[in-house]
Amino acid sequence: MLTLCLPAAALSQDAPASAPAADAQPAADEELEARTTAVASTLRCPVCQGESIQDSPSDLARDMRALVREQLRAGKTPEEVKAYFVGRYGEWILLEPKMTGLNILLYVFPVVLVLGGLALVVVLVRKWSSPAPSAD
Amino acid sequence: MNWKRAAIAALAAAPVIALFAFGFTRNPSEIPSPLPGRAAPPFELPVFASGEPPLAREVGDTIRLGDLAGKVVVVNFWASWCLACRDEHVALSETAREYADKPTQFVGVLYHDRPASGLRWIEGMGGQSYPSVTDDRSRMAIDYGLYGVPETFIVDPTGRIAYKHIGPITASVLRFWIDSLAPAPALDTVPVRSGL
Amino acid sequence: MIGLIAHNALLVSVATVVFGAVITPIAIRVGRREWLQLTYGAVYTNFLLVSIATVGMVVALVVHDFSVSYVAAVGSRSTPLLFTIISLWGALEGSILFWAWVLALYAAAVVWLHHRRPGNLVPYAAMTMLAVAAFFGILLVGPADPFVPVFPVPADGPGPNTLLQNHILMAVHPPLLYLGYVGMTVPFAFAVGAIVSREANSNDWAILSRRWMLAAWAFLSAAIIAGMWWSYEVLGWGGYWAWDPVENASFLPWLTATAYLHSVMVQERRNMLRLWTLNLCVATFVLTIFGTFLTRSGILSSVHAFTTGSIGYFFLAFIAIVLVSTLVLVAGNSEHIRTRANLGGAASRETVFLLNNLFLTAVMLTVLVGTLYPLIAEAMRGVKVSVGEPFFNRMAIPAMVALIFLMGVGPALPWGSTTWTEARKRLLPPLIAAAVMGAIAIFAGARGVYSILAFAFVGYAAVGNLREYWIGMRARRRAHGEGWGTALVRLIGGNRRRYGGYVAHIGMLFVALGVAASSTFRSEREATLVPGETLTVAGQTVRLKSVWGREEPQRSVVGATMDVLGRDSAVIGTIHPRMNFYRVSDEPVPTPDVRSSIKGDLYVNLMAFESNGANATVKVIVEPLVPWIWFGGLVILLGAVIGMFHGGRRRPAPPPAAAEQPATEEPVLTGAGA
Repeated sequence: MLTLCLPAAALSQDAPASAPAADAQPAADEELEARTTAVASTLRCPVCQGESIQDSPSDLARDMRALVREQLRAGKTPEEVKAYFVGRYGEWILLEPKMTGLNILLYVFPVVLVLGGLALVVVLVRKWSSPAPSAD
Repeated sequence: MNWKRAAIAALAAAPVIALFAFGFTRNPSEIPSPLPGRAAPPFELPVFASGEPPLAREVGDTIRLGDLAGKVVVVNFWASWCLACRDEHVALSETAREYADKPTQFVGVLYHDRPASGLRWIEGMGGQSYPSVTDDRSRMAIDYGLYGVPETFIVDPTGRIAYKHIGPITASVLRFWIDSLAPAPALDTVPVRSGL
Repeated sequence: MIGLIAHNALLVSVATVVFGAVITPIAIRVGRREWLQLTYGAVYTNFLLVSIATVGMVVALVVHDFSVSYVAAVGSRSTPLLFTIISLWGALEGSILFWAWVLALYAAAVVWLHHRRPGNLVPYAAMTMLAVAAFFGILLVGPADPFVPVFPVPADGPGPNTLLQNHILMAVHPPLLYLGYVGMTVPFAFAVGAIVSREANSNDWAILSRRWMLAAWAFLSAAIIAGMWWSYEVLGWGGYWAWDPVENASFLPWLTATAYLHSVMVQERRNMLRLWTLNLCVATFVLTIFGTFLTRSGILSSVHAFTTGSIGYFFLAFIAIVLVSTLVLVAGNSEHIRTRANLGGAASRETVFLLNNLFLTAVMLTVLVGTLYPLIAEAMRGVKVSVGEPFFNRMAIPAMVALIFLMGVGPALPWGSTTWTEARKRLLPPLIAAAVMGAIAIFAGARGVYSILAFAFVGYAAVGNLREYWIGMRARRRAHGEGWGTALVRLIGGNRRRYGGYVAHIGMLFVALGVAASSTFRSEREATLVPGETLTVAGQTVRLKSVWGREEPQRSVVGATMDVLGRDSAVIGTIHPRMNFYRVSDEPVPTPDVRSSIKGDLYVNLMAFESNGANATVKVIVEPLVPWIWFGGLVILLGAVIGMFHGGRRRPAPPPAAAEQPATEEPVLTGAGA
C-alpha cells in the first residue's frame, strides 16, 4: 500500500467510517431502492446548488438518502417522508413545488400555453389556407 | 411609429424589471428555517468530549433534550474541518462558562467528523468549556434542518426553538438570547457586562 | 504597465463606440453618407482597442503580472499554462472582457462583409452593435474593470476557480458559449436595422441575418453540448443536465433561435410570419442578455454563478433599456410590417413549422417561468420555493417529445399543400420504424410513456429525414446516372440549406436517443470496497486494485485504480476515479473516470476513502448511449456548417425527374412583399 501524503484538507475531508455504511449495503430490496430513489430525486440537497439528494455526492445528501430509505422501510408513505423534510427545511427543499395556491398557476400555465397555441394554429391555418390570400 | 402601441408594449416590460429589481433585495442563499417557534426536535446523543468543570459531562453519557426542560439550551453544530467554527469557538466557550451558574446548557454537536479529529481540534483550540456529542449519520443535523456548519440553535426553557443562527455566532448574540429567554429570576441576577 | 495600456485602450474604445453609435443616425439624417465611414471606422477601431486589452490580459496572465487586479484574483504560479490562459474567462471581469472582444470581432466581421451593401440596414446594424459594445465597455472601465492596479504587488495568487481548472473542456465550452451568445447580437442588430431603415418588409435582411443566426446557433448548440459534457465529467453525479438556472439561461435563446431558423424559411418562401420572425430574433437577443444577467447578478442561486458586485445593477439597467427600447421599436412599427397570409393547405410543411414554433416557444416560456418562479413566489407569497429537475422534466419533456415527432413530419411534407392521400403516403410508412423502436424500448424495460414515445419518435424522425436523402439520391441516380457517393455529395451541394438542416436533424436525433437511453436505462450503485473486492452494476464488474495519493504543483490527488472485468473475470481495462484537492479550496473536486464505448459509458466516481488506503467508496454508474449525445453535437455542427455556406441566394436545385423530388421546390419569393 502506498503511503498517502495528503494536505490537511484532504485528511479532514474523508468521510467518517460510519457514513457510507448505510448506502453501501447491498440493496437487498430493489423495490425499496427504487422508491428511495424516487423520493430522493425530488428533495433538494441543502449543501449543494440545485442538485437533488439523489444526485449529490455530498455527505449530508448521503445521510439524507439513508434517512429517506429508513423512513420508507418503516412504512411511511413518500408524501409523509417529504412532509418530514418540508417540516425541517421548509418548502424550499421540494424540487417540484406543491400543487397548491399560486403554484397551481405554474403547472397550469404551460398546459394553457400549448392548448391555446394549438387552437391558434388551427384558426390560423384555416384562415390562411382560404383560396384568396389577403393582406394581414 | 405608433406611440400608443409602443407605450403599451413598454409598460409590459415593467413587471419583469420590477421582478428583477426585487431579486436584488433578496439573497438566494439565505433560506429561512421553518423551525424557530416550533418545538425543538428531541435528541438523545452520547458525549464524546467531556468539556471542563463545572460544565463537564462524562464521556459516554447521554444528553437528552427531554432532560433539559427549564433551561435555555444552546445547540451548536460544528466540525474540525470547518474554518468558520474557529471564529466562534471562544465566544461559545466563554459564554458557556459565564452562564455556568444559570439554568443554561450548551451542547456541541459534531457534524460529519470523527470524534478523534474533534478531540484533537478542541485540544488545539485550547479546550471547550461545555460537552460535545456525536451525531451518527447526521440524524440530529437533519432533524434540525442543518445546511452547514456552524449553525447554532437556541431552545427556550419550554423546549421551543427560539432562534437559529447561521455562521459564526458572537457572544453578544448569545447573551441577548439567553438573557431574554432565561426564566424570570435569572434575569435580575445577570450582571451587566461590557465586551469580552 | 500592461494594465495601464490595456485600461487606456478600453477607455478610448468606450469613447469610440459611443461616438460611432451617435454619428450614425446623424449621418443618415443629414444625408452625409460619407460620414458613415466614421461608424465603420469606430467598429474597426473598437476591435483593435479591445483586442489590445484582451491580448494584454492574456500576456499579464501568462507572465504572472500580479499588479493587475484580475491576475491577482485568478492567477497562480503553480497553475499549468493552458489553465492560466483560459482563466481569461474563468471569473467575472475577464469573462466580460472576453465578451466585449467577441462582440467587437463580430461587429468588425459584419461591417467587413456587408459594408458595401446599399441602404441603411448595415449602418443601423453597426450602430446597434456599437451601442451594445458601449454597455460592455462601460462595465470594463467601471464596475468590472479587470485592470485595477494592485499595490503592493502580491508574490502569487490563488489560481482560478477549482471547478474550472479541473477539466480541459473549460478551454472549449466558454468560448463556444460566448461565440453563440454574443453572435446573437448580430441578427438582432439586423432586425433593429431593418426596422429603423424601414427594410423590415424586404426579405433581404432576413437572408443576411439568418446566416449569422445559424452561425451563432451552431456555436450555442455546440456550447450547450460541451457544457453538458463538462458537467458530466466534472460534477461527479453522472448527469449532464440539471435544469440549473444558468443551464436554462443558455437553453432559452437556443430555443428561440431554433424557432427563428424554421420560421425564417416560411418568411422567405411565403412572405408570412414576418413580424413573428422579427420578434423571435429580438427575443433571442433579449434572452442572451437575460442569461448573462442571471449569471452575473446573483439573483438566483446556481452552480455556475459568478461572484457578484455592483455589476448586477448595471445589468439591471441594461436589461431594462434593452427591453423597453426593443418593445417600443417593434410594437411602434409593427403596423408597417406587412405579412401575407397564404398557406397552400393544412397538410403542408408550413403548418408543421407553425407547430414547431409553437412547441419551441412553449418550452421556452415554460422553462423561463419555471426558472423565475422562485423569485415570483418570493415576491408574491414571501416563501422560498425551488423549481428543479422533476418540475422541468414533467412539464418540458412532453413538448420536446412532440418536437421529435415533428422533426419526422416536417421534411416529409412539401411546401404549399398536398392532398391528404399523398400526405398519408409520406407519413405512414415511418410509423413502422416508430413501432419497432417503441417495442425495443418496452422490451428493454422502459415504462414511462414519454420515454417510450421518445424512442418511437426518434425512429420515426430518423426514417423521415433519411428518406429524404434516399429519395433525392435515387432521383439523381436515375436522372444523371451518378453513383451513390456522387449523388449524395451533389444532392447536398445542390441545396445545402435544406440538406444541412436534415443533417442537423439527424444530429438532434442522436442527442435525443442518447438522452432518452441514458436517463431511462441508467443503473447505479455505491459501495465501500477493500482492495480486491468487486462491484457489479448492470452486468459490468469493477474491482478495486489500490488507493493512492500523489502531489502535483497546484493540487494533491487521491485516486483509486480499478480493474474493469470482462467475461471470465479477465481484466479488460482500468479506470482511475480521483479526487483533486486544490490548495485554494477546502472542497475536493470530484474527478470521475469514464470508460466509453458505442454501447454507453461506465462511469466511476470516488466518493470517499480511508486515508490509510484501506478502502474506497465508489459510485458506479452504467449509462447507455451517452457518447451518442456528444457525437450528435458534432453532427449538428456539421449540419450547420453545410447550411451556412450556401453561396448567397438559394438557387433552385437542378431539377431531376420532377415527380421524384421529395418535396416540390418552388422559385424563391424575393423582394418586397408589399
